[in-house]
Amino acid sequence: MTLTPIALDTRPASGNPDAHRHLRALLEQGLPLTPRPWRTLAEQVGMAEEGVMACVRRWQAEGLIKRLGLVVRHRRLGIQANAMVVWDVPDEGVALVGRRLARETAVTLCYRRPRRLPDWPYNLFCMIHGTRRERVLADLAAIVERLGLDDLEHRVLFSTHAYRQCGGRYVREGAA
Amino acid sequence: MTLDDLDAADRRLINRLQDGLPLVARPYAAVAEELGIAEGDLLGRLARLREGGVLSRFGPMYHAERLGGGLTLAALAVPESDFDRVSEAVNAFPEVAHNYRREHELNMWFVLATETPDRIAETIAGIEAATGLTVFNMPKEEEFHVRLHLPV
Repeated sequence: MTLTPIALDTRPASGNPDAHRHLRALLEQGLPLTPRPWRTLAEQVGMAEEGVMACVRRWQAEGLIKRLGLVVRHRRLGIQANAMVVWDVPDEGVALVGRRLARETAVTLCYRRPRRLPDWPYNLFCMIHGTRRERVLADLAAIVERLGLDDLEHRVLFSTHAYRQCGGRYVREGAA
Repeated sequence: MTLDDLDAADRRLINRLQDGLPLVARPYAAVAEELGIAEGDLLGRLARLREGGVLSRFGPMYHAERLGGGLTLAALAVPESDFDRVSEAVNAFPEVAHNYRREHELNMWFVLATETPDRIAETIAGIEAATGLTVFNMPKEEEFHVRLHLPV
């Protein structure tokens, strides 16, 4: 089995790599719902509570962990309309349009991706979620008007079915 | 569990935690105090939301590329008559993290998350072999940062 390379464990002073790997694998299952979750994890991996918090703090500082929080299974909550809006933006303007779209509150993700010509001319992708399609389309129309994007060819790809919706698993079970 | 099963405190809690949890020894107590509820009440609500399938992730959100993993968005143009077989074949790959059917000629869109970047190409080759279809690979070239927040 291949193991995820752990760049964060290369510093000699950073502690026990096996414990860190174990900690990361446990964290991927979620934060324990105990009053002192870091201490619960510390007991499981054989570290001190402060050591666990220091690891997580460093991983956050290094950008390995983006944040501690939650992801809502939005379909389960009836937020059924999930639109991927794709745009064909001249390459020199894509960063500007991307930054503007990302500032819109209705936009939940915004990425530049490669075109796949001739089938796929779109190079800017953003997501808009909502309870109903009409609402999502109204949000999009307002954005197009506000940002003056009428001239950009774009398509709205609503999702009609989620076959799988789960977080990525970057450390295999047993990797510890 | 659906939106109707959530009371006002559940919704406040979900909305608050989408902004993140503080890195302190008693993070739940800190958030509970902000929301004006008891720590035990907050923990009970989170356990219920997690068991009810409302939360797909609770805890650290990883940055896949910086962890050394690979991540990409890919799509297939699947013939309508073959959709069930292809979705089964694609979802059999553990690297497939999300898979959505969308209204376009490219009608199957999935996210691949792999332990290392080179595993992306191998996985795509595997999916092409299993489905007999060409995978359109569209990895992120640039991210425009948003504040991810779905008010419930």
